[in-house]
Amino acid sequence: EANAVIIPQCSHIPPGRRGCLMETTVSPNKEELVIRPLHSGDIYTSFQFRTLWETDFTRENKVSHYRLFPKSLGQVISKFSVRELHISFTQGYWRTMQWGQPYLPSPPGAELWVWFQDSLTDVDGTWKELTNVLSGIFCASLNFIDSTNTVQPSASFKPLGIGNVTDHQIVCTENLTPWKKLLPCGSKAGLAVLLKSEKLFHSSFHSQAVHIRPVCKDDQCKTTSWELRQTLNVVFDLHNSGQGKNEWSLFKMFSRTLTEACPVASSSKIYIDITDNSQGEQFELSPATPLLSQAVVLGDRRTFSVYDLTQQITFGTICNVLKLPVTYSAHAGDMLRPLLHAERYVAGYGLQTGEIHTLMYNNHPYRSFPVLLLDSVPWYLRLYIHTLTVTSKGKDNKPSYIHYQPSKDRVRPHLLEMLVQLPPNSVTEVTLQFERALLKWTEYTPDPNHGFYVGSSVISSLVPSIVAMDTNNSRERPLFSSFFPSKEESSYFVRVYTEPLLVNLPTPDFSMPYNVICLTCTVVAVGYGSLYNLLTRSFQIEEPSPGLAKRIANIIRKMRGVPPL
Amino acid sequence: MAAPLTLLLLVAVTVRAALFRSSLSELISERVEVVSPLTAWKRVIEGLALLDLGVSPYSGDVFHETPLTIYLFHFLVDYAEVTFMVSVAGSSVFSDYLFRKQKFALEADRYPLDCLELIRSPKEMYYIPLKVAMFYLLNPFTILSCVAKSTCGLNNAIIALFILSTIKGNVLLSAIFLSLATYQSIYPLTLSALLTSVPLSCLINLCVTQWICVFLFWWFIVQYAFMYLGSLFVIICLSFFLLGSWDYLPSVYGFILSVPDLTPNIGLFWYFFAEMFEHFRLFFLCVFQINVFFYTIPLSIKLKEHPVFLIFMQLAVISIFKSYPTVGDISLYMAFLPVWSHLHRFLRNIFLVSCVLLACSALFPVLWHLWIYAGSANSNFYYAITLLFNVAQILLVSDYFYAFLRREHHLTYGLYLKRKDGSEATLVLK
Repeated sequence: EANAVIIPQCSHIPPGRRGCLMETTVSPNKEELVIRPLHSGDIYTSFQFRTLWETDFTRENKVSHYRLFPKSLGQVISKFSVRELHISFTQGYWRTMQWGQPYLPSPPGAELWVWFQDSLTDVDGTWKELTNVLSGIFCASLNFIDSTNTVQPSASFKPLGIGNVTDHQIVCTENLTPWKKLLPCGSKAGLAVLLKSEKLFHSSFHSQAVHIRPVCKDDQCKTTSWELRQTLNVVFDLHNSGQGKNEWSLFKMFSRTLTEACPVASSSKIYIDITDNSQGEQFELSPATPLLSQAVVLGDRRTFSVYDLTQQITFGTICNVLKLPVTYSAHAGDMLRPLLHAERYVAGYGLQTGEIHTLMYNNHPYRSFPVLLLDSVPWYLRLYIHTLTVTSKGKDNKPSYIHYQPSKDRVRPHLLEMLVQLPPNSVTEVTLQFERALLKWTEYTPDPNHGFYVGSSVISSLVPSIVAMDTNNSRERPLFSSFFPSKEESSYFVRVYTEPLLVNLPTPDFSMPYNVICLTCTVVAVGYGSLYNLLTRSFQIEEPSPGLAKRIANIIRKMRGVPPL
Repeated sequence: MAAPLTLLLLVAVTVRAALFRSSLSELISERVEVVSPLTAWKRVIEGLALLDLGVSPYSGDVFHETPLTIYLFHFLVDYAEVTFMVSVAGSSVFSDYLFRKQKFALEADRYPLDCLELIRSPKEMYYIPLKVAMFYLLNPFTILSCVAKSTCGLNNAIIALFILSTIKGNVLLSAIFLSLATYQSIYPLTLSALLTSVPLSCLINLCVTQWICVFLFWWFIVQYAFMYLGSLFVIICLSFFLLGSWDYLPSVYGFILSVPDLTPNIGLFWYFFAEMFEHFRLFFLCVFQINVFFYTIPLSIKLKEHPVFLIFMQLAVISIFKSYPTVGDISLYMAFLPVWSHLHRFLRNIFLVSCVLLACSALFPVLWHLWIYAGSANSNFYYAITLLFNVAQILLVSDYFYAFLRREHHLTYGLYLKRKDGSEATLVLK
């Protein structure tokens, strides 16, 4: 069920230039919650917790002074020479067409991608150890990650980027608890109080992630500090849980209310997206807040109501809690269509062959842009690259760059990376034929007729933006808008994950190993026996054997010494 | 003789061309009975596409042809159908030529009088080459194999050339073709056992004394081995220089010997190794591979005076017990059957065998469909038919061997044998 996908970050950045974030005002710990009502009636909530850590691993001394940075992750970074680490656990599939683009995309299942320092020599051994250690830290079965589902992409500009996606992971409370433990305040104060598992997992989409990377402290990037971001994205389906009434509140969603900010957090804010509610015609927030903020995120200028939890006046006068009930009065208008969207499915019938179809939608009315498609298919689906076709609007669209690494049976998966130019307002279809292999009976999962998962393919692109993006990285910005830094004003980075695929393979009969061995050896023995007889024996005239009485008589006569009958 | 052969060739080419142009060619080239991971045309195209993309075809596990094959098809990919038809026609012409040239010595005075009816008359033998060509060209297995563009047809052509040059006595060509055949798939190595039988018949008139005989025999062996190993070495080094690496050795020969790909076919290996306990996998792999080479020495000792029958037996053993057999391999040894048409009176199981072979050939596609497409059967059904098909082939081969040995016995001891008391005797193997 595990397959390999590589997720290179910011793959459009030309080599030699790292996309460093700059933080001039050092705020070691920030937390924020963004709540965005979606057009389909769901609520998208995104938690981000950021911790900065001033230390320098390039100097060879061991670091042992941890303050807010969790010790377990710090030890992981120093022991395994990690330069960047991103791990996410997701349950559910992000519906781009109904919900828009997420702030932080993640594929269904678990995903881990790591960049190692240049000084690391044994990447494979370190990778194996690292996956096992992370498996322990997050109580997740990441130890199924091995070479058969790990890939190294070429379009990543960090030469040691190595990544993996496993799809069959069910994300549950045992993954949330260790994640919460990594937060500075734990789950006792601040926004983390809201993270109660019974409500969080009763949702349409749930994704928790940990991102560790170095950030620059100044323009010239002379010193770096480590940034740890923990993100939690949840989409609540209020029709299911709202008893039909169009209202939501913090208590209804999380079954908790906020009473105080985290004492060690320098900034603790809640942003409610009110762009569609500029005149208050759709819904009403209470308590109302005078603080407003504007940010350009995902190619769109959005307005947010801000609740600052570090200010005591945010909390209501009675009971000192922040409840934030909202009542809807009118229906939502049209959503801004996401410019890049993708789907994937398996075509064909029977258990011998099949075809993978990937559809990429470019919804921009007049601009075309290139996308990088990364596909990692397990080795038991044998891809035939000569059957690859890319068509847009019915005509052939040849990719400008193809990197294909064929699979080796039981060693590594297929890796296909392509740079495709998507024409404006069109659907591009990529088809690839494959053949299904028969595996050894021990290589099947305990439920072989369920099928095998093929990981999501990743489509990364710089999408042209209608609104000028903010390229000034020195100002203090909300966390959700600063994860993927923009280099130019006219485009922003988007990464889209397709659905995972479920493919059936032909199975042998699992109850028959002994029978098969016996029967096949019998056939070989029949051949051996016939040929042995014919090779070693010769023809003789057969004398009929005398009857039983005569034979006994002959024996007696022989004993007597008399000639036989 | 040329006219019927030409007519036969025309008919064969027409049938194949008709099938090439029809929609059945796609269907046939996907059938697992006709193509194997070693010989499939789809994989040849894939290898060429990988070469165009700049990736070594052997870096993955899809392509298992030898480098010379890649380069051959690099130039001939547009004429693939013609290539295969030419190779098939060539094989049949060679075998035709071969059997016409073979000397069936009529040494009637050597045999007891009542055996005259066992000896073939020239009239019968006149039609044997045509029958062989017909058996090969019009065999449905050959037609399917050719339409599917399986590279088995090329292998068969090389083996036919080898047999032709061996029988004609051309040592150098024989060594070269044998090394080419071994280079393509390892199993024709067993055909080098012909060394023991051919020189005896060739050199019999040169033997003045026994020591000269022995010396000439060993000198011939050394010569042949030198030419064979030399040409094999040259071909392998040429392949290295074509692609610049030794990657093809594990991909081609490692693949044939270690059987990692368990795609169903008509052989015995796939299901056996799909259901094998991991602990014993290596052991049974060695047993099955040794099984192919095991009969070489006993057969060549027993049949040292009958090289053509030895070739037939070796080819049959290879086709049945190789790791990825296809119907193309079967059609090669079946083409020899008309040569032994005089043995029909000693065959014991021919009716049973032919019924089973026909029934299994008909059931293969049915049970495959039921397993893979309809989902109402499982792999055991297809496996059972595979077992039955192989048992029928083994019976066929051993039956012909029995008949051959029996005829030899009669030629030596007389046809109508009597027991001590004068009644009619029965012969048994003891």
